[in-house]
Amino acid sequence: MTGILDATRAEWVKQRSLPSTAWLSLGTPIATIAVSTIMLSTTHTSATGDPGASRIDPARLSLTGTLVGQAVIVAIAALAIGEEYGTGMIRTTVAAIPRRSHILAAKALVLAGISAVAGVTAVAGCLVAARLLLPGAGIDPEHGYPPVGIGDGPTLRAAAGSVLYFVLIGLLALGLTAAVRDTAASIGVVLAVLYLPLLLIQAVSDPLRRHLEQIAPMTAGMAVQATANPQGQPLGPWAGIGVLTAWAAGALLLGGLTLRCTDVKA
Amino acid sequence: MNSTDTARQASPIAPAPASGVYRAAIRAEWVKFRTVRGWSLALMLAAFLLVSFTFVVANGHHQDTCTGIGDCQPGHPYVPTGPDGQAVTDSYEYYAQSLTGDGIFVARITMLTGAISTGAANQAPSSAGTRTGLTGWAKAGILVTPSTERGAAYAAVMATGAHGIRFQYDYANDQAGLPGAVTTVSPRWLRLSRTGDTITADDSSDGTTWRAIGSVHLSNLPATIDIGLFASSPVTGQGIATRATAQFDHLTLTGTATGGWQAHSIGMSARDYYPTLGPGSARPSGSTVIVVGSGDLAPAVSGLIGSDTPADTVLFGLIVAVIVFIVVTTGFVAGEHRRGLIRTTFAATPQRTLVLMAKAVVIGSTAFAFGAVLTAIALPIGRHVLTGNGNYIFPSDALASAQVIIGAGLLLALTTIGTVGLASLVRRSAAAVSLGIVVFVLPTLLGPGVLGPGTSGGVSEWLYRLTPAAGLSVFGTIARAAFVDYPFTLANGYYPLGPWAGLGVLAAWAGAALVSGAIATRRRDV
Repeated sequence: MTGILDATRAEWVKQRSLPSTAWLSLGTPIATIAVSTIMLSTTHTSATGDPGASRIDPARLSLTGTLVGQAVIVAIAALAIGEEYGTGMIRTTVAAIPRRSHILAAKALVLAGISAVAGVTAVAGCLVAARLLLPGAGIDPEHGYPPVGIGDGPTLRAAAGSVLYFVLIGLLALGLTAAVRDTAASIGVVLAVLYLPLLLIQAVSDPLRRHLEQIAPMTAGMAVQATANPQGQPLGPWAGIGVLTAWAAGALLLGGLTLRCTDVKA
Repeated sequence: MNSTDTARQASPIAPAPASGVYRAAIRAEWVKFRTVRGWSLALMLAAFLLVSFTFVVANGHHQDTCTGIGDCQPGHPYVPTGPDGQAVTDSYEYYAQSLTGDGIFVARITMLTGAISTGAANQAPSSAGTRTGLTGWAKAGILVTPSTERGAAYAAVMATGAHGIRFQYDYANDQAGLPGAVTTVSPRWLRLSRTGDTITADDSSDGTTWRAIGSVHLSNLPATIDIGLFASSPVTGQGIATRATAQFDHLTLTGTATGGWQAHSIGMSARDYYPTLGPGSARPSGSTVIVVGSGDLAPAVSGLIGSDTPADTVLFGLIVAVIVFIVVTTGFVAGEHRRGLIRTTFAATPQRTLVLMAKAVVIGSTAFAFGAVLTAIALPIGRHVLTGNGNYIFPSDALASAQVIIGAGLLLALTTIGTVGLASLVRRSAAAVSLGIVVFVLPTLLGPGVLGPGTSGGVSEWLYRLTPAAGLSVFGTIARAAFVDYPFTLANGYYPLGPWAGLGVLAAWAGAALVSGAIATRRRDV
């Protein structure tokens, strides 16, 4: 057990001493809050058109920034292991910690911590922005919308779920990068896995569309942000997080096996 | 001063490198690009993905025709094809006689009122639930056509709900006549004259002083044509069916008329794609005739059919290819910084901007060829699969296909050139790939389906105007008409910008990225 602890401490030192980690951890909430603020300030209830249209989901709207913020988390995760291959550092790491599964576990722990902190900051910022901007958008109790706040059960679930979403996206990216072993290529792969189903979903019709929404990591994971139109969601909030967890676990397993079974050439 | 003088003056100030230097730099970059096996493999993978995703997307698309609640059959509803091969809406109530040879038809319209269905857009409209209301482009007047076949040529002069008297012909042409609404106190006189192949339209407020609105030459007009009264009323902006009721009198037909007056309900069945509020009718009573009709005579509205074009099926695969090219370009540019090869490159070619341009030319032209060739391969596949699944495909001519094919090449090339700029600006592959995908790919994915209600309209439209997503406008090949009040929004299959204007926005982004990359590369140590 001390193996993992030492490895984690070593990873923490590595991450902490890289200026990019601090910048990117700061970039996550900035990107998330900025996009959410833009969305909040350009939305208005009057734009939904005829009354038959589906209602605005205030929590989901306030957390729209996660769409972009997750790209920064992906970069942090990919750098955490991809750059070790790029610089040849991986050989030193493997020499210092011969149990390779411990390397990945330690990286996952440190990364989970970093993305949790970044995620909490981002989500808190989004909720503050929502408090300030939602009444201006006509999304307030006067128009039949519940107030957005931590006190509200569904909003709390959406907020906590979004933090969890950031953590799981980070782990998914870490696992895939450990398998791809190249920073640039793995960021491309991870962002493709995250974003492309969005486009595919718009391009095809049911029932394929619904199945895609249920299995794609992003659409499934983001179901946790929904606080309205439950029948319009591909699956329940926690089931969605479950799907994303399965993706992250699968990616880590794939990455762990790659790390274990391949030579580290650099 | 002519251009030769300008060139002569400019040359001593900035001596351009001999063309051999350009060629050598481009060749060097081409060799570097070609010899990395991983990149060639990545492009082959992208080619496979582009074509196979086109198949998958097209295969995931099915169209049904619903003639009642729960009564749906596979296969798209009927969409008429107009005289120029375009998709049109051709639904109206017609009360006509046959006219042989030249002739003149005059009628006075004394009333135009309307009703709007109170059912939702996705329900079959029924006469039971309606409210009073006249749409702006409700039309009633007199119309000539060689036949009552769907999509036939026509010319018509008409009163409208809110746009005065208009003269329209062949689904796409519109000229204004007298302004103002039609009421019993301010009726309008309408006149259509046939002379050979020429149809002339006039209007009048009193029946004595006539004003010419315009004329049209309808080619190959047969000797015997149909001439008579018509009424139609298009869907509202929400897609709700409507109906117009018009009252005419003072009908005068000069010429050789045969067969007597007959009523035709054209394109008002549930098999037709255009939602109509039927049934239509034409009732003469004494000297007046009341015509009730629903529908439109206009270009087809994509949002009501399902915005299927073969170009849409290529889109997804193309964005996959964009991502692969962003990754490969990053390796091509930032990879040199990582490995220190950039020092050798700059030692060999000291003009750093030239190196950057050579890279942009090499990978940009590769991307153009890749995008254009694979789109040319994928388009027919998408078309074939869509047709096989019973989907309606908007008719497109060779020009529209060329626009999509060349546009896809340019889209990929411009994105790639922009990534060359980004990668030389930030020099780190992780940052370059993330930035490239967030700047060039993410905005295209935030379509109306993703951002949810309330936000959908505005934000997506602006993303497709201002961000690199505007480049996708080059896939917009469906015409929109000024005289159709339908939301030509992204959600309904219409891009906010024109095809080349949209590519221009993307080019501006790519150019800005390349220029910043060039400036940074000139100023920095390697």
